[in-house]
Amino acid sequence: MLAVEGLHAHYGRAHILHGVSLTVGRGEVVCLLGRNGAGKSTTMKAIMGLVPPSAGSVRFEGASLAGRPPHAVARAGIGYVPEERRIFADLTVLENLEVGRRPARPQLRPWTPEQLFALFPSLGAMRHRTGGRMSGGEQQMLTIARTLMGNPRLLLLDEPSEGLAPVVVERMAAAIAELKAEGLSILLSEQNLTFAGAVADRACILEVGQVRHEGPMDALLADAPLRARYLSV
Amino acid sequence: MEDLAVQALNGLASASSLFLVASGLTVIFGVSRIVNFAHGSLFMLGAYLAWTLTGLGPLAGLGGLWSFWGAILLAALAVGALGALLEVTVLRRIYGAPELFQLLATFALVLIVQDVALFLWGPDDKFGPRAPLLRGAVEILGLRFPRYELFLIAVGPVVLGLLWLLFHRTRFGILLRAATQDREMVAALGVDQRLLFTGVFFLGATLAGLGGALQLPREAVTLHMDMAVIVEAFVVVVVGGLGSLPGAFLAALLIGELHAFGILVFPRITLVLVFLVMAVVLVLRPYGLLGRAPSGAPPASEVAAPLPAAMPPALRRAALAALALLVALPPFLGDYPLILLADFATFVLFAASLHFIMGPGGLASFGHAAYFGAGAYGAALLFRHFAAPMELGLLAAPFAAGLAGLLFGWFCVRLSGVYSAMLTLAFAQIAWSVAFQWIEVTGGDNGILGLWPSEWARGRLAFFYLSLALCGAAVLLLRRAIHAPFGMALRAQRDSGLRAEAIGIDAFRIRWLGFAFAAAMAGLAGALFAYGKGSVFPSVLGISRSVDALLMVLLGGVQTLNGPIVGAIAYAGLQEQLARVTDYWRLLLGLVILALVLFFPRGLAGAIRRGGSP
Ligand SMILES: Nc1ncnc2c1ncn2[C@@H]1O[C@H](COP(=O)(O)OP(=O)(O)OP(=O)(O)O)[C@@H](O)[C@H]1O
Ligand SMILES: [Mg+2]
Repeated sequence: MLAVEGLHAHYGRAHILHGVSLTVGRGEVVCLLGRNGAGKSTTMKAIMGLVPPSAGSVRFEGASLAGRPPHAVARAGIGYVPEERRIFADLTVLENLEVGRRPARPQLRPWTPEQLFALFPSLGAMRHRTGGRMSGGEQQMLTIARTLMGNPRLLLLDEPSEGLAPVVVERMAAAIAELKAEGLSILLSEQNLTFAGAVADRACILEVGQVRHEGPMDALLADAPLRARYLSV
Repeated sequence: MEDLAVQALNGLASASSLFLVASGLTVIFGVSRIVNFAHGSLFMLGAYLAWTLTGLGPLAGLGGLWSFWGAILLAALAVGALGALLEVTVLRRIYGAPELFQLLATFALVLIVQDVALFLWGPDDKFGPRAPLLRGAVEILGLRFPRYELFLIAVGPVVLGLLWLLFHRTRFGILLRAATQDREMVAALGVDQRLLFTGVFFLGATLAGLGGALQLPREAVTLHMDMAVIVEAFVVVVVGGLGSLPGAFLAALLIGELHAFGILVFPRITLVLVFLVMAVVLVLRPYGLLGRAPSGAPPASEVAAPLPAAMPPALRRAALAALALLVALPPFLGDYPLILLADFATFVLFAASLHFIMGPGGLASFGHAAYFGAGAYGAALLFRHFAAPMELGLLAAPFAAGLAGLLFGWFCVRLSGVYSAMLTLAFAQIAWSVAFQWIEVTGGDNGILGLWPSEWARGRLAFFYLSLALCGAAVLLLRRAIHAPFGMALRAQRDSGLRAEAIGIDAFRIRWLGFAFAAAMAGLAGALFAYGKGSVFPSVLGISRSVDALLMVLLGGVQTLNGPIVGAIAYAGLQEQLARVTDYWRLLLGLVILALVLFFPRGLAGAIRRGGSP
């Protein structure tokens, strides 16, 4: 479904991604792991076109996306949930969802605010509250819900569990499992291995802008030396 | 009592049209982050178009109601379409360019529209028809109020209400509000920003056009409307808070009433009152009544330049040779070249002083002529009221300009980027209107005549040497200041305000003093210019003179110390030639600036470091 090949990206003159290659299959949840600064977020931004890739290809359902502007990538069916959440603070919950709304896609059940409120019940109770007056966890749910309003086929989820209380993390994992059951493909970036283990099928470990390891999530969880090598601080 | 009521009403009516313009400006800024200097030009075009359409448009045949109201609406929509067109053809290309270049590009549009309007409608003022249905006056509580004024008063709140509905009840409006906060995120959610931007320019331009068209029954349509309106709109937007519609409404009411009542109190200098109010508001609330501090870190200065390297020996020799020529050649020149050369010397100093603010200081000034003019008027007023000789005038000029710099600079340097650029322009316009309106003291439009150099410097040759010596010395002084500890502190605060503060540099004070110092030097240039001409007119403080200085600096390159020198000579020469061959030199100049901005969006010869978001 998504195939990234030899992706390079720069911030100004700093060369951050050195040829990242990865794939995400239909209905698959792939987790990007790696230490702080490894390039997980940058990989997602490069796929979205927010940081224009300087070399490499991004193919999504047969279409070539590298070099396209972000709105074109989003319209192709990739939904992006940024690490910093980037909620529109002056807009209400419903208005935030409205910004994300895109027309339905064939063969996919289109998301409505009501369905999203069923997925994230706490949002339903604050439809008219502005984004700036929500807690971090609520904002995290809203940012995912907002992206789902675009009816993406693939979701780029950047550290959804960051800064959330354990109960909220559990709720989040359940929501991701539900999305997966709906047939959505997900590329996830995570620091929290427990969380990643609970939702991901496959793991991709990044180090200084390159994929160093790729394999089933279970295998990684079972392999302590491997984890120690790439993930411990 | 009756007077007061009528004035209050007038104020409310003015507030409505001010709000129309300011709301467009603020909406466009909110989404595109571009301060559209050409917004006043759109207002003016709205008025001219409405004049044409009511008179001889296709609607005139319909007669009565339609010919007027149809024309007003059509004019507004036409201006809106023009705004959208400008966005697609020009502004879209410069979203990623440094702020200063964006401002310059819209400035170029101002120049172009000026001459296009002159070409299409001629220099004479135009008077529009009365509004059908709203002729005459109604009587309320025994007072007669003109109907049209009452109608205008209602327009402001109605437009505010409609805008509120647009922004809260339509998808387009919600997207605009989202884009105001984070346009990249909006794009990442699949929204094509180009439509949004074109749409917002259409909306803003329509509001400006409507504002202009609605003025038709109230006042004459003139070629000066654009600048008058844009400055007031800037004041409104700055007072209300950039990006805030209710703020703009509130500020428009305040400024409108201030004008109306100011006429009763200080009939000649109402703008000074406006300025005082703006000053008070900005001291109490730096981001305006309902504005918010821009989120995130303040943008790094965009015209930053490293410490200029020493001149290569070859260049140094060439410069010395040029200087030697300047000293040796003039005795063999005629009067006209001598006059030109003396002018060039003052322009070089003028440009060098602006460069001092922009290069090492990292602040853009769109109103540097205020200080050039303050020097000129300082000398001229001493002459007119105290018969002061030239020597005293030249001595006093830097002080007069320096004081103006201290006063205005105190406000301008506490803000950055577009805020401070708008303020510098607003102050310059205020200075201009004082010179223009305070006829008893400044002679108004007739200027002050007979301001000749003292006997010994009256010859063209002697005056040229005097200009060369003084300007040369002042330029050297500016350079010394750049290399002195003061200049280093100035550059340090430009490059990183926080870090400079951390090592004990009082960034505000340094900027303030730098601003005032540059103003003083500009004042010397202005006084020399005035003595060279034998007179001063309000135009020495005018917008176009401020733009001249900016262009000189940008043309030469901000990063070099010699930039302003080369730029001043090249630009003054070019303008001299242009004005000689065509009446429409503004148009040509505007096109040249646009070409520069569009084809060198990152600056001339890499002069300007890349700034802003991509
Ligand atoms: N806007 C930026 N400008 C310059 N460099 C950046 C920028 N954003 C990130 N970087 C650098 O790029 C590298 C990769 O950053 P990235 O955000 O992709 O890491 P990450 O793997 O997501 O880390 P984390 O786990 O902390 O989120 C880091 O070295 C970081 O310093
Ligand atoms: Mg990250």
